[in-house]
Amino acid sequence: MLEALQFEFMRNALLAGLFASIACGAIGTLIVVNRLVFLSGGIAHAAYGGIGLAFFFGLSYTLGTLGFSLLVAMIMAAVTLKVKHRSDTIIGVLWAVGMALGVILLDLTPGYNVDLMSYLFGSILTVPTSDLWLMVVLNGVILFVVSSFYNGLLAMSYDEEFAQLRGVPVRLLHYVQLAMVALCVVMIIRVVGLILVIALLTIAPYIAEKYSGSLRGMMLLSALLNVFFTTVGLWISYAFNLTSGATIIMVAATCFFISLFVERLRPKPYALTSEP
Amino acid sequence: MRVPIVEMENVWFSFNGIPVLKEANLTVHRGDFLALLGPNGSGKTTLLKLMLGLLKPARGTVHVFGQPPSEAANRIGYVPQDVGINKSFPVTVLDVVLMGRLRHGRNWSRYPPGDRIAAQKALERMEMWEYRNRRIGDLSGGQRQRVFIARALVTEPELLLLDEPTASVDLKGQTDLYVLLKELNETVTIVVVSHDLNVLSSYVKCVACVNQRVFFHDTAEITEEMLEMMAYHCPVELIAHGLPHRVLRKHEDF
Repeated sequence: MLEALQFEFMRNALLAGLFASIACGAIGTLIVVNRLVFLSGGIAHAAYGGIGLAFFFGLSYTLGTLGFSLLVAMIMAAVTLKVKHRSDTIIGVLWAVGMALGVILLDLTPGYNVDLMSYLFGSILTVPTSDLWLMVVLNGVILFVVSSFYNGLLAMSYDEEFAQLRGVPVRLLHYVQLAMVALCVVMIIRVVGLILVIALLTIAPYIAEKYSGSLRGMMLLSALLNVFFTTVGLWISYAFNLTSGATIIMVAATCFFISLFVERLRPKPYALTSEP
Repeated sequence: MRVPIVEMENVWFSFNGIPVLKEANLTVHRGDFLALLGPNGSGKTTLLKLMLGLLKPARGTVHVFGQPPSEAANRIGYVPQDVGINKSFPVTVLDVVLMGRLRHGRNWSRYPPGDRIAAQKALERMEMWEYRNRRIGDLSGGQRQRVFIARALVTEPELLLLDEPTASVDLKGQTDLYVLLKELNETVTIVVVSHDLNVLSSYVKCVACVNQRVFFHDTAEITEEMLEMMAYHCPVELIAHGLPHRVLRKHEDF
C-alpha cells in the first residue's frame, strides 16, 4: 500500500475518499434519521440527467450535475411537502426520468463515447486535483450549514411538530437538507458512482446510530466508518486489481452484516452501559 | 375576573372528507384545569392541534391569547401523545428538553448556559435529572412522558396542553402526575386529553366532552347528571371504563 502512495492518482483517490466520507457522515446521518433514503436514491440517479446535460451542452461535469441535482432536489422537496401520501411514486418517476434524460442526451451528443461505467460505479482513481478543491469547498458548505442549524435540524428530525411550534422553519430546513443531499451526491458520484451512492450514505449511519448518544456523535462515527470503508476498499482494490467503487461498497457491506450479527449477540449495547 | 385564553367559535374540521369536528365552541379561561374526554377518534387531539395552530379549521375561528394560534405558539407548552415513534433516535434526555428552549431565529447552533440551567430545573421538577444522559428510547413509557412534560415546562408556558399524558403510565404514576399538574395549575392554565375518569375527577376544574361536537361542563366535580349526559354523548368512553356507577360510588366516598 505504501509504495502506491508515490502515485499522485492514489494520493488523490485517498483524499477524495476522505472528503466524501466527511460529507457522507453528516448528510447520511440526516438521511437515515429522517427516512430520506429513497428520496436520496432518486436525487442520485436523476443526477445522471445532469451528466447528460453537461456533455450535450459542453458544460463542465461539475456545473451540469450540481445544477441539475439541485433542481431535482428542490422539486422533490416541494413534492414531499405538498403531496405527502404519493410522494414516493413521484420520486420514483423523477428517478427514472432523470436517468432516461441522461442516456438520451448522451446518445445525441455527437462523436462522444462517454464511459458510462465510470459514472455508475465511480472513478475514484481518476479524480483530478481540481476536483479535490471542489470537494473541500462543498464539505465546507455542508459542515457550515449543519453546524449553524444543528439544533433546528435535530429538533426537526426528532419531532417535527414540536420544532414547528418552537419557531423552527421546518419547511425551509427541509429544502436546505435536500440541497445538501444534492451537493453530497455530486461529490460521491466521483468516488463510488451514482448506483452505489446510497450504500455509502446509509450503511455507516445505520451502524453508528446504535452506538451514538447524539446526532453529532452519530455524524462523527459515520464519517470515521466511511473513512475506514473507503481506505480499506481502495487498498483491497489496488492489491487485487478490482473495481474500486464496488470494493469500497463490499467492505461497507461486510461491516454492515457484522454489525447485524453483533447486534443479535448484544441486543441493546447502549442501554446496558448506561444503567443508572 | 375570568380572562378567556382560548376562544374557539363554530369550528369545523374534516380529514380526507370525514368530518372530525362540527360547530365546536370552547372557551378556556386563565387558571382553568380542563379535561377533554371522548372516545377514540372523537376529535380531542384535533382540538388540541387547532389550539396550537398545527391544523387550520375549515370554518370558524380559533384565538389563543387573542391572537391566531401560530403567533401565540411560543406561550403554549405542548406534550404530544407518546406513540413510541423514533425510539432508536440518538438523542439524550437533556437534549430533548433543550429543544423547548428553541426560539424564532435563536439557539440554532448552541444553547447559552441559562438554557441549560432551565432544562436542569425542569428535569429536576419531573425527577428525571439523573437520567439526563440516557438515550430517550431507553426509558420506559412513563419516564419518557415525564421528559416530554419537562420539555413543555422549559418553554415557560402560560398554557399547557397535554395529549393523553397517562396513556403509558401505571396507576400510581397517574396519580403522581395529576398531583403535579394540580400544583402547576396554580400558575399555568392546563388542558388535558384523557381517558382516566377516576383520577381526573378529583383534580380537574371543568370537563369538556368531545364527540365531533364539544359539550362543556363548567363544574369542579363530576356529578351524576354529568355522567348521564356524558353517557349520552360519549357512550364509548364509559363502556371502555366499565361500570359508570362504580366511578360514582368511588367519588362519593371521597
